[in-house]
This record gives sequence, C-alpha cells and structure tokens, in this order.
Amino acid sequence: MTTTFPASSKSLHFNPSLKRNRLDQFLTGLAGVFSTIAVLPLILVLLYVLIQGGRLISIGLFTQLPPAPGLDGGGIGNALIGTVVVTLIASMIAIPVGVGGGVYLAEYSSGGWFAQFIRVGNDILAGVPSIIAGIFVYGAIVATRVFFGQSYTAAAGGLALAVLMLPTVIKTTDEGLKLVPRELTWGAIGVGASKFVTVTRITLPSAFTPIATGVVLAIARAAGETAPLIFTALFSPFWPEGLFNPIATMSVLIFNFAIMPFEPQNELAWAASFVLVVMILAANLFARWLRRFASK
Amino acid sequence: MTSTTQATPATNTCLALENVSISYGSFEAVRNVHMDIPAGKVTAFIGPSGCGKSTVLRALNRMNDLIEGCSLKGRVVFDAQNIYAKEVDPVEVRRRIGMVFQKPNPFPKSIYENIAFGARINGYKGDMDELVERSLRKAFIWDETKDKLKESGNALSGGQQQRLCIARAIAVEPEVILMDEPCSALDPISTLKIEELMHELKKTFSIVIVTHNMQQAVRVSDQTAFFNAEAVEGGSGKVGYLVEFNETERIFNAPVQQATQDYVTGRFG
Repeated sequence: MTTTFPASSKSLHFNPSLKRNRLDQFLTGLAGVFSTIAVLPLILVLLYVLIQGGRLISIGLFTQLPPAPGLDGGGIGNALIGTVVVTLIASMIAIPVGVGGGVYLAEYSSGGWFAQFIRVGNDILAGVPSIIAGIFVYGAIVATRVFFGQSYTAAAGGLALAVLMLPTVIKTTDEGLKLVPRELTWGAIGVGASKFVTVTRITLPSAFTPIATGVVLAIARAAGETAPLIFTALFSPFWPEGLFNPIATMSVLIFNFAIMPFEPQNELAWAASFVLVVMILAANLFARWLRRFASK
Repeated sequence: MTSTTQATPATNTCLALENVSISYGSFEAVRNVHMDIPAGKVTAFIGPSGCGKSTVLRALNRMNDLIEGCSLKGRVVFDAQNIYAKEVDPVEVRRRIGMVFQKPNPFPKSIYENIAFGARINGYKGDMDELVERSLRKAFIWDETKDKLKESGNALSGGQQQRLCIARAIAVEPEVILMDEPCSALDPISTLKIEELMHELKKTFSIVIVTHNMQQAVRVSDQTAFFNAEAVEGGSGKVGYLVEFNETERIFNAPVQQATQDYVTGRFG
C-alpha cells in the first residue's frame, strides 16, 4: 500500500504551522473579537450609568422632589413612587387579563381559528413598537378625556403599559401551561375534578414558575418604558395626586431632565438612570432565581 | 358521603357496551364492541398494540372526551344509564368510575393532599385524616408513607407512586376502577405488589385492566377480553374489534377463536 500522506503526519504533536491550525486560530480570534464588541455596549452602558449615577445616590434622592429649574439639590422621590404606581396599575390589568387569556388558549380553546387568530395576533402585538401603544391610549383615553374629564393621567399611563405587558403574560402563561404533563390533568379529571377545578387547583399551580417568571420580566420591561408614558401619564414636578392626574415616572424624568440645560437636572437624570437600571437588574435576577428554583 | 360497599352478586353486570364504535376524527379505531363487564370482578383487556383496548377502556369513564375529535357511537350503560346520553355530566361519571394511568401521575402536592384532593372536591364531609389513612391502607402503602404524609408525592419510587395513585382513586370511593397498563412502567416487585392489591380491591370495586402482559391477565383477572385489529376495505389503517370475551381460564386454555388461540400461545403475527 503506497501512502499519499506527508511524512510529517507521523508525529502526534500539535503543529502550529499547519494551514488548518493557523486558520483555526485566526477564526477563533475573530469570533472572540466580535463577541467582545457585542457585549461592549452592555458593559459600557452599565458602567457609565453606574459611575455617572452611582456617585449621586443619597437618601435625599429618594425622599425629595426635583428642584425647580435653576435651583440645586432635590431628588426623584415623586418619580420613584410614580413608576411604582403606574407599573402597579399596569400589572393589575395585564396579569389577570393575560393569565386568563393564556388559560383560555392552552386549556379551553380547541385550537380552532379563533385561538389561532389570538395566538398570531398576540405575537404581532408583542412586536408592536411601544410608542404605538402610547398613541393608542392617547387617542382612546387621553384625548377623549374619559377619566373624569382629565386628559393626562396615571391611569392612562398604566393602561398603555398594560397593553405592552399583555402579550408577554399571555404567551408565557400559554407556553407554561402547555408544559404541564397531560397525565397530571388526566389524574385530576380521573378523580372526578371538573375542568375549572383541574385548571385552578392542578394545572395553574404546576405552571406557576414559568408564569411568574414571564410576569416578572414583563413588569421589568414595562417599568423602563418611556415612549408610551410621555403622552399618557405625562410628567409632574409634584408628589403624585391620585390616579387621575398626571404623574412623574423615572423614565420620563430621565427623558425630560437629561436634555435640560441645567446641571442639577442632568445629574438627577443620571441618578434616576442608575436606580432604574438597578431595579430592572434586580427584577431580572429575581426571574432567573425563580426559574432555577423551579428546576430543583 | 356514605361508604359504598359493593355487595353485588357476581353475575351482575356493571358496565355494558352496546355496539360501541369509537373514531378519532374520520379514523375508526374500534368497531362494534358488545360486552357485559361483570361487577365485583377483575376484567382484563388483552391484545396487540393498536387494537383499541386502551381506547375502549378510556371510553368507559369518558376520558376520551379530552381527546380532540374523538367520538363514540353506540351505548355504554352504567347503573341503568347510558353515560353518553346528552344529560349526563362526565364529571359525575368519572367520580363513580375512577382511573389509574400507565405512568404514575401523583399531583405535585404532599402525599396527604394527593389523597385528600379528590375527596375534598367531591364534598367529603367526614374525618379527612381517617379517610387518608384508610385509603393508603387499602392501597398497601400506609406503612411506607405514614411518617412522611407531608412530603411530596413525587419523592416516592415509581411503584409507590402508582400505589399512591390507586389510593387516590379509591379515596373518592368509586364503584369501578379502570387501570390502563398500571404496571408497564414498574419493576417486577412493584408489579407483584399491585397485582396483590388488585385481588384485595376486587372485594370492594369492579376493576377493568388493560395489560400487555398475558401472565398478568392470567394472574389477576376473572374475565378476559381479547381485542385484535384487522385492515378493512376502504379504511385507513387497521380497525380494532373484540374477538372473544370469556372467563380468563377459557380464554387461555380453550379459546373458541383461532386468533385468540394464536395470540395466547404466542404464535401471533
């Protein structure tokens, strides 16, 4: 048998001068460079916000109102409360409606055209730019002054965020319920449980973790939204005055203050960015923890 | 809820299938089954895969309602009522005809709650602790679980889980228990325990069991139904039908049909 392979292939040692090894090293390096570039924005944004905002953290930041233009000091207390209030309103609307919709899709619909229509529509709604949700609520609620003749209200802002949260909550509920083994449902049906009892006592609790994870991520996303709030909740330099008045939120505060020609306001915008990032980071970590908790 | 003890004579019919045909969509799975399942006995369904024995079993407490496009023609008579009549509530049917599945499926709750769940949703008013203990004892699993009633049902071994599922089924005091290959996921020792359990349970309940294991049918059942499937003209795939239904001894020792003879002696195919 005549060999056509080069004689050097007898050695088992790694040979860096081989073409395939050089190409291998080059492409590994290239992949490394690209992935570094990919995570660079994340690191830079986080670092910049942490440095710019982190140094401004003080107790006063959380307890005081923003200063009037031209004055020093102050805080973002009203915006912090506002973000919590608006997100709470959104959650109170989106969670029951979204979980209910997901339960319908996964457990009650028979996969007919209506369910398919809802599923596809829901996926599309998830991709709709957030400002569209804002303009929709503006047109439907703010411009028509439905709420006690008020135009811009915290409630309208909450509704706009609810529209954004809804697709995520529906989707995660639907998917989470589909993961519950059929045998579990059969078991409940087999001991004489009605559909309602089966869903509420067996299926939904079994799918609690994926649903809760989805809800937490949806809340985290909603809390950071700006576009739908600018022309629904508007802004207020004062403490919140109920649900049917304009309310300050952190994202809109950042939007407003970052472009003001006053140094104290710019600094507050950075501080608010920092608080918002930390809040969303915490929510995401909580969601991850929930997921890990479930896999145990 | 009063304790329902089945003191019916052996000759009584508990479930009667009258010309039952079951289809999945346009595909006919089982055709023209006539059968009188006796009360207070163990009835085994045997037959090759795809002959529709599980389908027939699931038809007996309307579990097939959960399968999209599954429809039944004919009548299934239980307690002098056709359970497929329009005014019948399938939830009431399943409450009186319980089911144990192929794969052990305890609820992700404590052992205690697994048993109490069915009783509670059926409005049990008595002493729950007593009911849980009685059910677990009847399923021969009390000794293994009495010290860990608060632990999750999933923490048990497969065989224990299956006995827990049987305890769960008998806790609601049904009249009939359907078992769909209850031992196919279990080791021989656990299988033996469940078979012993069945002998005990038939004093109180009527049992219908689907099994792939012919020795198991011989060991546990009084009556055996042999199902087979055959290709039919114009049909898509094979259609199942009941070949022979008789006392287990007759089915295995002196069957009337040649197909039964071939199957029980292993000369099938």
